[in-house]
Amino acid sequence: MILVPRLDFAAMAGQVSRMSATQTVEAIIVGAGMAGLTLAHALASAGIEVAVVDRTDPSSFIDPAFDGRTTAIATGSANVLDGIGLWPDLAPKSCPIDTIRVSDGDALMFLHFDHHEVGDDPLGYILENRDIRGPLLAAAAASPHIALFAPATIESVKRGSGGVSIRLDDDREVRARVIFACDGRGSSMRREARIPVTEWRYNQSSFVCTIAHERPHQNIAHERFLPGGPFAILPLRDLETPIRSASGELRHAASIVWSEANDLVPAIRTFDDDAFTAELAQRVGGFLGEIALASPRWVHPLGLSHAARYTDQRLALVGDAAHGIHPIAGQGLNMGIRDVAALAEVVVDARRLGRDIGDPDILADYERWRRFDNMLLAVVTDNLLRLFSNDIAPLRATRDLGLGIVNAIPAARRFSMRHAMGVVGDLPRLVRGEAL
Amino acid sequence: MTDQTSTRDSRDPAELEKFRRMADEWWDPTGKFKPLHRLNPVRLEYIRDHACEHFGRDKHSTRPLEGLSLVDVGCGGGLLCEPMARLGAKVTGIDAVAQNIEIASLHAAESGLDIDYRATTAEDVLAAGEQFDIVLSMEVVEHVADPGAFLGDCAGLVAPGGLTFAATLNRTPKAFALAIVGAEYVMRWLPRGTHNWRKFIKPSELVNGLEAGGIEMLELTGVVFNPLTGNWSRNRSDMDVNYMGVGCRHA
Repeated sequence: MILVPRLDFAAMAGQVSRMSATQTVEAIIVGAGMAGLTLAHALASAGIEVAVVDRTDPSSFIDPAFDGRTTAIATGSANVLDGIGLWPDLAPKSCPIDTIRVSDGDALMFLHFDHHEVGDDPLGYILENRDIRGPLLAAAAASPHIALFAPATIESVKRGSGGVSIRLDDDREVRARVIFACDGRGSSMRREARIPVTEWRYNQSSFVCTIAHERPHQNIAHERFLPGGPFAILPLRDLETPIRSASGELRHAASIVWSEANDLVPAIRTFDDDAFTAELAQRVGGFLGEIALASPRWVHPLGLSHAARYTDQRLALVGDAAHGIHPIAGQGLNMGIRDVAALAEVVVDARRLGRDIGDPDILADYERWRRFDNMLLAVVTDNLLRLFSNDIAPLRATRDLGLGIVNAIPAARRFSMRHAMGVVGDLPRLVRGEAL
Repeated sequence: MTDQTSTRDSRDPAELEKFRRMADEWWDPTGKFKPLHRLNPVRLEYIRDHACEHFGRDKHSTRPLEGLSLVDVGCGGGLLCEPMARLGAKVTGIDAVAQNIEIASLHAAESGLDIDYRATTAEDVLAAGEQFDIVLSMEVVEHVADPGAFLGDCAGLVAPGGLTFAATLNRTPKAFALAIVGAEYVMRWLPRGTHNWRKFIKPSELVNGLEAGGIEMLELTGVVFNPLTGNWSRNRSDMDVNYMGVGCRHA
């Protein structure tokens, strides 16, 4: 009988790790944004140990000056957040959208979506980004399964057939089976893996701000297709501290996403607050009464990007690292949340069978599930934008008629609404409102 | 190479030599063992579900097999041992091919898993008096010298109250067509000569072999390949080619 001397590899690995601070988890999530934190919570809810690494100090995430943007959370995404126990933390700061009105410039025809046609749930919710990130971070800090490394810079990444490891700038090392890149549009993990991206800039930028206004918005979201680009008014919860104005106190609030042609953007940027507000008031119209700026103004260039593939050896791209679309349909984060729900499902199912969660078959399942869906939405959004961002008369007539027809056919309207709600297609369990 | 602890020897020299030459390819998901990689999720789910039901564990937890001892007979490169260790089982992997044990040990260290790998045979472990809560012999019995004696040894390794799982290929014309002509010659999924059809095991032979060792068979199920999706799934009404079963030893 031949007996092979058994080398004690576990002990050898232990000796190496004692030389520096090494932590071993199952998955490393790069990026503590909304997609990264939601993924961390989804995996942690199934008992999977994760490390979340971000170079930004978490306290700056909740600073109103860091990110004044708002996010539309579709009903499907709210289901996901509810399924992993996070929605109760977010709901108090959210404003439901009961109705969406889409109009084409000054045309009389407009599309009207009312949530009563598809059930009792609102069509979605609007939250300020900091009101999403704050609770997600607090919950991450409290989770026994989530190790938060932030602020921390990744010095080097190793991905091999046997596992992954990252070294941080303070010489700490984190080892895992797989890396999930949730590090946004300029993803450094994607660059490191040399995954090509199809990318183009629109000749548009978006001004983003919060306004206070006199009359209630009645939970109606407005999307207006103006020649310079789409102009959105998204209902927010009332302000805690009202803004004083000529007509008294302005308590109600809305988020504005104003997309404008790039040749006008530099001029608008130089406007003082009064001039900017006057331009806004003209586009909003009179239905909200008096308006006033209630936040700083931000401007973001708009573009579309899609990664050629979502995976590499022991690496998967998630959310904006994989795709970025125009905010026209309010679907950016919702695509990311759907990625999270699909990835969490394939990973948790595999882990419950004891499989290595960095196995290429598992990552391929995720890619197959999400890439086509995301590409479809990117193409639809792109065409929508090209169709509406102009002032050519025949096109206007056609699209006004198009909006009128969708509006006249209840089935078409309900389908569009369900799409906006994010409850169409081959859905992950979390999106369907089921447990992971 | 003399056997000092057991009078029987389950090893078939020609079969061992075949696997010796393939040893370093075990963990390449696109290599010679690709069919086993694809088959693995179905086998794992079967083992997990039956073990969780039998031992009253929560199959949605990350370590449902915590504290249970498990031996994988003919463990190869450790394709089943590693998942079982991740699910919390205290895993022993045995294989008669020493190269397999070396590959399996190296890979487990890389994966950060603690698995007791030994180059030995079922009869030797049994002769040493060891027993386990779960005994696996998956895709092994069709490669041993004396299937009846081998199944008896596997049965003997099951502790009172424990479970045993076995998977193999049926000795039918369909199995010859699919597993040998199809998989080895047409699809080239497996190296030619991986399987010898005459060594395939009929379900009755599997059941009789284990029951002779004091096991009560609980269930048999077929495992079928869907060429459209490329996935394997359980199918109780088709045991013509691949099949597996579970049995228990009463406490």
